[in-house]
Amino acid sequence: MNEHAKPFSGRYVSSDRRVREDTRFVAGAGHFVQDIERPGMLHVALVASQHPAATIEDIDASEALAMEGVVAVVDGNELSNAVNPLMNGLDTPEVRRFPLAVGQNRYAGEWVAAVVATSRALAEDAAEKVKVKGEKLGYVMDPEKAMEADSTPVHPSHGSNVLLDRTFDWGPVEDDFARSDETLKLRVTWGRNSTVPIETFGVICEWNAWENVLEVWASIQMPKYADQIARALGLRGNDVRVYYDVDVGGSYGVKRGIKHTVLAAYLARKLGRPVRLIEDRLENMRSGDAHGPERIFDIGVAFDRDGTINAMKMRALDNAGAYAGRAPFQLGKPIGAIVGPYRINSVQYRAQSVTTNKAVQEAVRGFGQSPTNYALETMMDRVAEHLGMDRIALRRKNFIRSDEFPWEIPSGSKYDSGDYHAVVDKVLAQSGYEDIVAERDRLRADGLCAGIGIAACLEPSGGNSSFEPLLNPKNRTSTWMEGSRVNVDALGDVTVTIHTTSSGQGHETLAATVVGEVLEIDPDRIRVVRPDSLGSLPGNSPVGSRMAIMLGGAAANAARDIKRQISAIAAHSMGVAPDAVTYAEGVVRGPDGRTVEWSEVVDIAHRRFHDLPEGTNPGLTASFIQQVPTGVALPKDGKAQMYPCYSFEFHVVLMAFDPVLAKPEIRRYIIGHDCGTVINPHIVKGMTLGGIAHGIGAALLEEFSYDAEGHLMTQSFLDYLMPSSNEVPEVEIVHHCTPSPFTEFGQKGSGESGYLGAPAAISGAIHDALRPWNIHLNKLPIRMSAISDAIASAKENT
Amino acid sequence: MKTNLTVNGQQVQIDVEPRVTLLDALRDELGLKGTHAGCEHGVCGACTVEIDGEAVRSCLILGVQCDGTEVTTIEGVAPAPGEMDIIQDSFCATHGLQCGYCTPGMILAAKTLLAKNRDPSDEEIREAISGNICRCTGYGQIVEAVRLAARRLRESNAAAVEAGQ
Ligand code: FES
Ligand code: FES
Repeated sequence: MNEHAKPFSGRYVSSDRRVREDTRFVAGAGHFVQDIERPGMLHVALVASQHPAATIEDIDASEALAMEGVVAVVDGNELSNAVNPLMNGLDTPEVRRFPLAVGQNRYAGEWVAAVVATSRALAEDAAEKVKVKGEKLGYVMDPEKAMEADSTPVHPSHGSNVLLDRTFDWGPVEDDFARSDETLKLRVTWGRNSTVPIETFGVICEWNAWENVLEVWASIQMPKYADQIARALGLRGNDVRVYYDVDVGGSYGVKRGIKHTVLAAYLARKLGRPVRLIEDRLENMRSGDAHGPERIFDIGVAFDRDGTINAMKMRALDNAGAYAGRAPFQLGKPIGAIVGPYRINSVQYRAQSVTTNKAVQEAVRGFGQSPTNYALETMMDRVAEHLGMDRIALRRKNFIRSDEFPWEIPSGSKYDSGDYHAVVDKVLAQSGYEDIVAERDRLRADGLCAGIGIAACLEPSGGNSSFEPLLNPKNRTSTWMEGSRVNVDALGDVTVTIHTTSSGQGHETLAATVVGEVLEIDPDRIRVVRPDSLGSLPGNSPVGSRMAIMLGGAAANAARDIKRQISAIAAHSMGVAPDAVTYAEGVVRGPDGRTVEWSEVVDIAHRRFHDLPEGTNPGLTASFIQQVPTGVALPKDGKAQMYPCYSFEFHVVLMAFDPVLAKPEIRRYIIGHDCGTVINPHIVKGMTLGGIAHGIGAALLEEFSYDAEGHLMTQSFLDYLMPSSNEVPEVEIVHHCTPSPFTEFGQKGSGESGYLGAPAAISGAIHDALRPWNIHLNKLPIRMSAISDAIASAKENT
Repeated sequence: MKTNLTVNGQQVQIDVEPRVTLLDALRDELGLKGTHAGCEHGVCGACTVEIDGEAVRSCLILGVQCDGTEVTTIEGVAPAPGEMDIIQDSFCATHGLQCGYCTPGMILAAKTLLAKNRDPSDEEIREAISGNICRCTGYGQIVEAVRLAARRLRESNAAAVEAGQ
């Protein structure tokens, strides 16, 4: 454990420095997968199924194959005979997923065949001519119906639609319910949405038969991507080379096109030419398998009249869609913060994941935490409403206190640090909360509906994926490491490596900043590179808000090793013990005031073996593989230490709308944010503001809706609406810093910030505005029409 | 079909099928990969370029329709390789981007705004970029970038006037 009683103060960490990646992007000189041309490249278009479920009896591609430029048409039968099923992570061997449907399809739009041609336009023309024959099958869209015993199974050989149904009891739940003054029940639903990046997913695969290597360029953000490609194709791990220097045009979790990649890789090997598969927007939304959670929460809460929350029972039923994808595990992550920032004594959590005939889920920003936070915060509002208590006072009453950390929650995770009361105080003071209340009342007096929303929540960050072994005991994962290497070349210049792709998180800036901090040299002099996967150290990509902690830790520790080597070499040249010297800004000073310059150490390390201390290797290089802090053991007794760090956020939002038109307008938005030591303030600010925008979308606009016939209705940007600069207000950020005791500089994660509390806060504001009618709108997104209809019918009934 | 137009100050001739959009012509015929495809149905603004001084979605216009026009793409904004113009530099100063995918379109939208309005209000800035969706930033630092660029452009103009240029 490092000592960070006080916030870290560094020369580069936390300072107002530019984000180095920005330069290439403002010049239009990013290196996105769509920008890559390979000689002789072929293009893929997909044949999509027309029904939510139908057998595939015959695929007639003769007309397509006769068309200009068409090279091949491949179906699921051919593909499934050649590749292994995609990994699912659960112990459900009969729920098999291939890139193309095999035998039957399971959702409308699922790919049944791939057409390969010399251009995308020709491939698309030909795809329209492929005839698929089959019989329509029964289907189910609703997760509660899918649970019923006589429901149509999406995977008949699996026997039911249940992928996961696990109940955890942490602490004396029944006793706590029995001893509490009051109990309350509620149901809320999180609608199916996603982060929908502006760049769709794309991949180019090329098989190099002379070297026996599959080359992959992809718009990817996925742990163990190269391994999964190799496993699916039956290749050796070292037969797959993923280029990590491809810029990813936004991801927020979802860019995990493993099915696209396996398909393109198979085609590239089969045809002996580079194959490119880039989703168009329809494919992306309908069949890119990148939807997010769709979840019903049934909550029971037990509390005393003074507002003390004693226990909670939460049942979360998630509609996974047609295949497991990452859906079941997105019920697992919230276990690591199942009580939010509150001291709730006992919890029962039932996690249920069921298949239906909808598209497949992928990891979405927060990995299930944002829906859970929405449920928790709605619960807090309802308890306050029930008791007639102030919503902020209720939260403050139940917050874990700053002197109680590390605090172990009932599900076994220890929260590292925090000062929730202080953040709330700061927000209320800096925002002039009383003025906000006065403004709300003034708006109300003007005849508008006006309300204030409150949300407090945590951002678990940097975990070791222990929800996987927790939900699947066959999985023995207890590390989720990240590596980095620091080289000092023969001219004395420093280069740091990153072993993953990035999608806007500023990892190059992060790595340069922490290495500059440790070596006390200007980060602008440090180059950051991304070797391909075959030249890389182990890593797990930027998921779970982990890179500040994990890449930051790896790069800082590698730099520390370099510093140690430099000090030892310099000490040896002075004839003194290594611990007798001090290092400052690249210069090593001996006890008698003599100094050895950086350039001298570099010369010794790179040229003069005879001047090196005994047992020292030449060259100046260091690699470090960072293990997850606190990630030491497998889950036990249904409990897990899931995340090392917990960031905190507190949202206050003022909304107003006309009672008839009901177009919600955000008048003020304030967020208090504590993610420990901030490495780069611009990056953290951007993450927070971007997360809030996603949260506004999830709360008010965005949903993948299906009609009764099982077809996706929101499949373009004309009907899947996302917040524009008109819907996202100016947001005021109030900073607080409680360093983590478990990380290099006291940093915590911030990649999911904003998004984790915004939906709850906005829903809360709408409810506050609707208080005169006592209306509850229990499903997100809350659309204008839902608000105006509810007001109209409430008025009718009074 | 042969079409003559000016792209980033240079006269070019493209030979494209009538169904090819300007977006595809720029990327595939002219190799200008800085203009990005986001939706290809006119909603996201990632493909925004400047045509005769107006911000236009290049996915909604055909290459052959651009005969005789003057097109500026993101590659034509920087004065020289490695040297940013004031708007680009302002986006870097405020970190008005993350993944960079919407950025070329945003910068072109900002550029056309600032060419017409030297001192836009925040509301005018938000309006000018409201047809460009950014999923990363939540727009705050983009608005700051355009605000900063406007101020710096005004200052550099004033300085130029003072210097009698
Ligand atoms: S790609 Fe042209 S507007 Fe989206
Ligand atoms: S910077 Fe990523 S979409 Fe705008």
